[in-house]
Amino acid sequence: MGAGHHHRLHRPGDTLVHRLPPQCKLVAVAGFALVVVATPREWFWAFGLYAVLLAAVAAAARVPAGFLLRRMVVEVPFVLFALAIPFIGFGERVTFMGLSLSVAGLWAAWNILAKATLGVVASVLLAATTEPRLILLGAQRLRLPPMLVQIAMFMLRYLDVILGEMRRMRVARESRGFVARDVRHIPVIARSAGALFIRSYERGERVHLAMLSRGYTGSMPVIQDLSVASRQWLVAGMLPGAALAVLLGSWGIA
Amino acid sequence: MTAPPSLEVSRLAYAYPDGTQALFGVDFRVERGERVALLGPNGAGKTTLVMHLNGILTAGHGTVAVAGLPVGKRSLKEIRRRVGLVFQDPDDQLFMPSVREDVAFGPANLGITGEELERRVKDALERVGMLETIDRPPHHLSFGQRRRVAVATVLAMEPEILVLDEPSSNLDPASRRELAEILRGLDVTVLMVTHDLPYALELCERSLILSGGVIAADGPTRRILADADLLAAHRLELPYGFAAS
Repeated sequence: MGAGHHHRLHRPGDTLVHRLPPQCKLVAVAGFALVVVATPREWFWAFGLYAVLLAAVAAAARVPAGFLLRRMVVEVPFVLFALAIPFIGFGERVTFMGLSLSVAGLWAAWNILAKATLGVVASVLLAATTEPRLILLGAQRLRLPPMLVQIAMFMLRYLDVILGEMRRMRVARESRGFVARDVRHIPVIARSAGALFIRSYERGERVHLAMLSRGYTGSMPVIQDLSVASRQWLVAGMLPGAALAVLLGSWGIA
Repeated sequence: MTAPPSLEVSRLAYAYPDGTQALFGVDFRVERGERVALLGPNGAGKTTLVMHLNGILTAGHGTVAVAGLPVGKRSLKEIRRRVGLVFQDPDDQLFMPSVREDVAFGPANLGITGEELERRVKDALERVGMLETIDRPPHHLSFGQRRRVAVATVLAMEPEILVLDEPSSNLDPASRRELAEILRGLDVTVLMVTHDLPYALELCERSLILSGGVIAADGPTRRILADADLLAAHRLELPYGFAAS
């Protein structure tokens, strides 16, 4: 589908990974994340192998490394937090390049960084190869409460409309000479936000009427065929399966 | 026996919960295949009346019947199939992530599936000339295109009567003409709510004026628009430079 050029997370394509039904990919990512989290932090090479697995998925989905890296910016706050831990940690300390670092803190930082990064990369790959609304439909197939799915669907559909309204309100403010410079202007911005909320609420009411007018009775009809062949479950299971094999294998060695 | 009228409204009165009386006994009929304009100034009760036609508001007094079926709690599902309401803002009407799913929403709610559903979707989009946008998200279409898709979303339900709320609003002249051509080509009863008088003249042979919560005039559009005193009495006027004669 000519997916949104503004859904910047999605990268349209027609690879094996793109074609997998969304619910399979969701389960695969969740399974992979569980295995990663269950891995003891001392097993460096296991994390290395997980990274290789993700690289293989990225290659199969033709998602370039630069694209992945740019989308990983979302992780930056966690990275900053992780980097702070060795400085503020307690216990035994080591000196590295003139800095006194906590050993326990270093381990904790490594643990957070490694596991979070693997999880983020897996999620970015999911988002890059699956249209946002298909992720939601997949979640619905996995028995996520339909009401939550509908709310998320509407968010997806109306985000642009609401952002457009927000932009128009900003233009209207600025056209009348308003420039937000300091805290004294916060009330004006707050009132705009309130007006935006009310407008969105009223739009919600109108949309609901439009839905009722076309026979809505509480559930959204799903017209997309999301049935899964068992072969597709097998393909999707390769990522968490391989990760699990790494984990169990390491257990045997350790 | 002749077919019942597409729409029959009799002695319809309604007051909002806060006590504001919006309709004071509205009477009119729309025969099958007719195209009728419902004219009226802002605040005349046009939208309130429209909300009664498919049972979103329930009459305080009086009745509405669509092709002989009275609007009521038990008939709601069938009424909403028979009355296709096209809202003024297409962003209110098009709420699904793709045009295909949006047009399919109504018929799917009627329990239609599979090939028949696909046929209805394609057929409705074909009738408004928007078949090539079937896989696009509605918010990537131009305003005029979205209005046409909004018309398709109700055509897919194969309604008895199409009710359009200000169909020409916010359209550029070319989109406005294109929509008129599409509406004229549909073999369906149309009730068009508007204060765009030239558009009413272009599309509807008959007009009603709703003013102060009652039908103040009912007759051939050309005659109504030529009666300057009648128009003035109900806060309606032709745009500068127009004269219907």
